[in-house]
Amino acid sequence: MKYVAPSSVEEATSLLSTSPSAQVFAGATDVVPQLRAGRPAPEVLVDLKKIEELVSVANDGDKWTVGAATPTANLTEDEAFSEEFPGLAEAAGLIGSDQIQNRSSLGGNLCNGSPAADSVPAMVVNGARAVVAGPNGTRVLDVAEVVTGPGQLALEADEFIVEFEIDRIPARTGDAYLRMIPRTEMDIAVVGAGARVTLAEDGSIEQAALALAAVAPTCVRVPDAEAALVGKTANDEILSAVAAAASEACDPIDDKRGTVAYRRQVAGVLAKRAVLIAIERAEQRNGTN
Amino acid sequence: MARTHVTTVVNGDETEFLTEDSTSLLNALRDEVGLTGAKEGCGTGDCGACSVMVDDKVTCACLVFAPEVDGSTILTVEGLADSGELHPLQQCFLEGAALQCGICTPGFLISAKALLDRNPDPTETEIRYALAGNLCRCTGYDKIIRAVQEAAREMRGQ
Ligand SMILES: Cc1cc2nc3c(=O)[nH]c(=O)nc-3n(C[C@H](O)[C@H](O)[C@H](O)COP(=O)(O)OP(=O)(O)OC[C@H]3O[C@@H](n4cnc5c(N)ncnc54)[C@H](O)[C@@H]3O)c2cc1C
Ligand code: FES
Ligand code: FES
Repeated sequence: MKYVAPSSVEEATSLLSTSPSAQVFAGATDVVPQLRAGRPAPEVLVDLKKIEELVSVANDGDKWTVGAATPTANLTEDEAFSEEFPGLAEAAGLIGSDQIQNRSSLGGNLCNGSPAADSVPAMVVNGARAVVAGPNGTRVLDVAEVVTGPGQLALEADEFIVEFEIDRIPARTGDAYLRMIPRTEMDIAVVGAGARVTLAEDGSIEQAALALAAVAPTCVRVPDAEAALVGKTANDEILSAVAAAASEACDPIDDKRGTVAYRRQVAGVLAKRAVLIAIERAEQRNGTN
Repeated sequence: MARTHVTTVVNGDETEFLTEDSTSLLNALRDEVGLTGAKEGCGTGDCGACSVMVDDKVTCACLVFAPEVDGSTILTVEGLADSGELHPLQQCFLEGAALQCGICTPGFLISAKALLDRNPDPTETEIRYALAGNLCRCTGYDKIIRAVQEAAREMRGQ
């Protein structure tokens, strides 16, 4: 296995197109445990962290741009970003320990393709887009389209994610992410729920997005819950409909972390709570951002 | 296989070593540089026994490929003491019996140092979160938490 650290996106894409068994990495917090578990090593490991735009967090007034290899600690320590997207910052901040946070990236969390990846529902509800570089230039995919199954991506072998774009949060909008794990730190989600709500001037819900982690082969949106919320003000009846839709959207597995029935039930509870937090935050952000 | 030449500053000293690209920073430190303070408990990022600082950020040396640190500055537990004088964290761990077998201790000391560098007056909860990536099978953690609190107090001059 050969280690290379290109200093530009072009250099990285040309490395990937000329070496068929090359693999990109950022923090290696998924890659190393997988190699240790016996996954075949690539011939070339391409370190993305020495490319400037891959390790930066910027705001151009219209949108945030987060380099795909940026350590999640840099994101959660960015006060302006965390204030605008507390849900996404919390989700990113749940990944592992401080040691892991100083290495783990949003690009790696997404492209590892785990259904339990914490940052993914939070990126999805915020409409995050992935800027993908390949031999023929760049293309833009919705984050929700990137993972097609466990460990399966809509990227070609010679493509990688350069950065994520997230539009500035509109007025009266809030996001939230909650996860259930058997302990408070250092475990993988049994269920994760990301929500985002935009309120109309009269306080009713104008837009809603809900996405779940760890309950299906990929992160899933819950359109029935979103439809139940839009045009309404949250009350017990509507929140019960949200919970029922979330449980219904699950296609979970039985494993040591939780049974199918448990995951379904917890998905409903977390969905409801995440929506409530998002509404509360939207109310607080009554003016502009 | 050709070995890669890596130049770093380890514990204040310019250090060069040769390594295979697939070698972890942990194994390079232990086998090439001769610093065996950082330990391998799991090799997969779970236990924190291998914690070191790379460019002032605490990280698991078992998850870093050795060639990545070319040009970086590294601090291991061997670099904590200052000309033979133990770091307050080390002294408080000793006095507070915050270790038994000692395997986890180098990692805890580095994580605790990383915490106190950015937050000289952490609450107990903040200490517990900051040390959540370090496992100890012996002490039950309480004595470790107390030792960090005591060291923080001393370092603040209280
Ligand atoms: C102790 C421990 C605790 C953890 N806890 C959590 C947790 O609580 N929640 C959670 O979600 N995860 C957790 N993880 C998993 C892991 O830390 C995260 O998924 C992390 O975000 C991965 O990022 P990375 O940069 O380290 O990825 P890497 O290991 O570098 O890469 C992961 C995969 O993505 C690919 N890849 C990386 N970057 C790109 C890119 N820009 N474009 C295309 N492909 C790319 C790589 O080829 C590889 O297949 C944990 C891991 C450990 C070791
Ligand atoms: S040996 Fe690195 S975390 Fe356990
Ligand atoms: S003292 Fe033995 S593992 Fe911590």
